[in-house]
Amino acid sequence: MKTMKLIYPLAFALAFTFATTGCHNHKAVNVTPMPGENPPIVGGDTGGGTLPPGTPMNPDINPTNGAIATTDATMFDNMTEDRAALAAYTIHFAFDSTAIKSSEQSNLDAVAAALKSDPNLKLLIEGNCDDRGTEEYNRSLGERRALAAREALAKEGLDPSRVRTISYGKDKPADPGHDESAWAKNRRDDFVLLHPKAGT
Amino acid sequence: MNNHIPHPIKTGLPLFLALVALNFCRAQEEIIITQTGSFFGQKPIPVSLEGFTGEAEQVLKFDLYVQGFSFVTPDIAQYRISGSSTGNVVGQVTDAVSRQVKFSRSYAVASLRRQAHAFADDIVFAITGKKGIGLTKIAFKAQAPGGEGEIYVSDFDGHNAQAVTHDNAIVAAPAWVPGRLALYYTSYQPGNPDIFYHSLSTGQRSVIARFSGLNTSAAVSPDGLKVAMILSRGGSPNVWVCNADGTDFKQLTTSPEDESSPCWSPDGQWICFATKIRSRRVLARVPAGGGAVQRIPTSGVSNPTDPDWSPDGRWIAFTSQMGDFNICVVPAGGGTATVLVPGEHPSWSPNSRTLVLNRDTGWRQSLSVLDVMTKQVKDIGRISGNDSQPAWAK
Repeated sequence: MKTMKLIYPLAFALAFTFATTGCHNHKAVNVTPMPGENPPIVGGDTGGGTLPPGTPMNPDINPTNGAIATTDATMFDNMTEDRAALAAYTIHFAFDSTAIKSSEQSNLDAVAAALKSDPNLKLLIEGNCDDRGTEEYNRSLGERRALAAREALAKEGLDPSRVRTISYGKDKPADPGHDESAWAKNRRDDFVLLHPKAGT
Repeated sequence: MNNHIPHPIKTGLPLFLALVALNFCRAQEEIIITQTGSFFGQKPIPVSLEGFTGEAEQVLKFDLYVQGFSFVTPDIAQYRISGSSTGNVVGQVTDAVSRQVKFSRSYAVASLRRQAHAFADDIVFAITGKKGIGLTKIAFKAQAPGGEGEIYVSDFDGHNAQAVTHDNAIVAAPAWVPGRLALYYTSYQPGNPDIFYHSLSTGQRSVIARFSGLNTSAAVSPDGLKVAMILSRGGSPNVWVCNADGTDFKQLTTSPEDESSPCWSPDGQWICFATKIRSRRVLARVPAGGGAVQRIPTSGVSNPTDPDWSPDGRWIAFTSQMGDFNICVVPAGGGTATVLVPGEHPSWSPNSRTLVLNRDTGWRQSLSVLDVMTKQVKDIGRISGNDSQPAWAK
């Protein structure tokens, strides 16, 4: 009975199709007009044509975003990146883990000490992953790793509002290889010291 | 036998047509009346293709293959597709058993390629009753080995690809606005992963989310009014939702875990995403207006990510990772997952039958199109180093 209920609408649809397209059309009679350039979008059809170029990105278009005081992105404007200063203190993670291993604690201590030596300095933590995960999964995992270090530094007394995080997911491997040796190097937080630009 | 059936249907001809319809539409009938298990692994519909040459023939073969058809000689075909493609596409479809012509049509004005796509759509509709995918578009990212890339849009088969961005920055997660020529995507161009809106008809771009930390994975609600995304502004990568113009942000999840890849149910009531619950990677859903997070079981596979809810509401496609990446499908309410093919980041076609995905071809990612019911899959030509994160315009 359930099946029959499904058949009747189909019979109507088919009967209509036969009535309109006909079983006798052995030569082409219905010429279908084709959409031209940039036709209106109907359903999933987005049409043909050439796209106009994108406008330049203007980060100030919607300046009301970014309102959490402790993480306001604008607090990190006018800083220069010093990648060398803390390069020796990169910390590494276990597979699919955001937990900071005890073996990494001395590196975190060194980073905290560097920041505490000068209150004008700020910190960028870059979270990274190995490539055994999908792209967005790794983008979130890398961010969580960077935030884990930020939280650990806060426990050491570093004001978290001086610390910004960025995740590169699996886009910036330290080692391009695809074995455990490379993966272990790629599951990491890099620390970048931020100096105030001269005159600011 | 009951009073619900209108009188005219009881006459002979419609009853005959009902039987014909059952025969014609068997593939569609099985979708309606069967449960998981027999939905997948269906046999393709054998058709013969005669009289077409060159680009038109290539388009017809690609479009029909990835919509569940196989190509055989006319004597064993269920449907015979014949015509010509010199100048314009002219074609007809004949039922090989009844010898009835299902339709006969000629195409004009647009490129031969577009005419062939339109004919393929008419064939799909005549035989399966479903709207075809021949004239649909996809967006994706194309990434150089160094990480920088651009967002592209192309026809669903990868042809007519055009770069949307020219920023030479890391980009990610393009998402279409339903029914409109507009995208949201993530770009690191400002020095941070931020979410942008980009009208493809005017080229106008605007910032939607630029908080310190992670702003990524925009997904537009079916009515186009809301955007779900991942933001870390709350201290952890969580699911947030805001208005389409980047106002009125609301945090939907508060877990300390790394959540990713929100997608909408087609009724706009739920947002599905990947997270970790009790140390296990799972899919979960949260009411779009806020509420309790519920797990979506994916029995049989582990580490699910990249969920995409089918437009008909019945399925969630996702990526599982158990050593390798596989495209899987699970009933939208959760249940036993079906592993389809190797690959990542599935995105449903508007008619809920086909997926576009990326897969590893020797440490490079390429796009492929997969017919879910027959598991027939075809690669799309590669644009640059790595093509990934395809999103099907709906």
